[in-house]
Amino acid sequence: MTAKFDYLLRLGDNCLVLSQQLSAWCGHGPALEEDLALTNTALDLLGQARLWLSYAGEVEGKGRDEDALAYHRDAPEFRNLLIVELPNGHYGNTIARQFLFDVWHQQLLAGLCQSSDSRMADIAQKSAKEARYHVERSASLMVALGDGTALGHERMQGAIDKLWPYAHEWFESDAVDAQCAQEGLCPVASSLADPWHSIVNSVLAKATLAMPEDVGHQKGGKRGLHTEHLSHLLAPMQVLQRTYPAAQW
Amino acid sequence: MWEVFIRSQHGLAHKHVGSLHAANSQSAMQHARDVYTRRNEGVSIWVVRASDVVASSPDDKAALFDPAQSKVFRHPTFFPTPDGVKHI
Repeated sequence: MTAKFDYLLRLGDNCLVLSQQLSAWCGHGPALEEDLALTNTALDLLGQARLWLSYAGEVEGKGRDEDALAYHRDAPEFRNLLIVELPNGHYGNTIARQFLFDVWHQQLLAGLCQSSDSRMADIAQKSAKEARYHVERSASLMVALGDGTALGHERMQGAIDKLWPYAHEWFESDAVDAQCAQEGLCPVASSLADPWHSIVNSVLAKATLAMPEDVGHQKGGKRGLHTEHLSHLLAPMQVLQRTYPAAQW
Repeated sequence: MWEVFIRSQHGLAHKHVGSLHAANSQSAMQHARDVYTRRNEGVSIWVVRASDVVASSPDDKAALFDPAQSKVFRHPTFFPTPDGVKHI
């Protein structure tokens, strides 16, 4: 497995898993407007996942297309970050996770626009426009929910505190990240930490939420070491293709 | 409540497309984008607080609109048009 293939899987799997998570809110959002908005985000991420996974399949060169990679890999073969596979929880929790992810994702895509690989740069440029809107939306929801009622504030603080240990895996570089960064394919993972912290800081301040203290970080997703939640998420997503391989409609 | 107006392309006027719930103008704009422009409908959005719209009352219908009926001379139908002119 080449580093580039692995890196593309990470990009695609983050988008795919998070998209699948957000899709669960379809028809269950707190208001029609929110329902549609979150589903739009889910569709944006699914579109991005398709582009990354298609390219990953081409780079691998073993004839696997986006569907083969999405539906015919088991949880240990997924390379997504742990934070995207955590349960949706209440709506505030979903929004808090989305916000932390969106800010990082936007920084990452901005870096990927400069990729030495023109295909990666193209995908990043297309995705960056979507990510910009995602950040704008999730940041304004953070402020609305955090700086709203006492109950909302308490729930948002709880959500941020719970998610915080999972919000650093993306800054830690392993051999795959390091090699890809060295080849100019992607930005150095740790270089995104400062801009991320400054944006997250200012939005949390506006939302009257306290920045949690660092108490150890969770990691492993990039290497395929996942929480038990991922299998439960993949099962309904993959069951149709596993039962009727190559089924189409 | 907010009323949403979308301009579908340059040169056309904004057209009322519907309404939505939002707490402030910023979220009204985001919701309008998410609810009404998902299928590439627009190039520009206006959102207006529904309470800021001054509407005519149904009770005034007779006074406002009935006098315009039966005044055919207000329509430009009495001018001879040259043959071959299709649209006027």
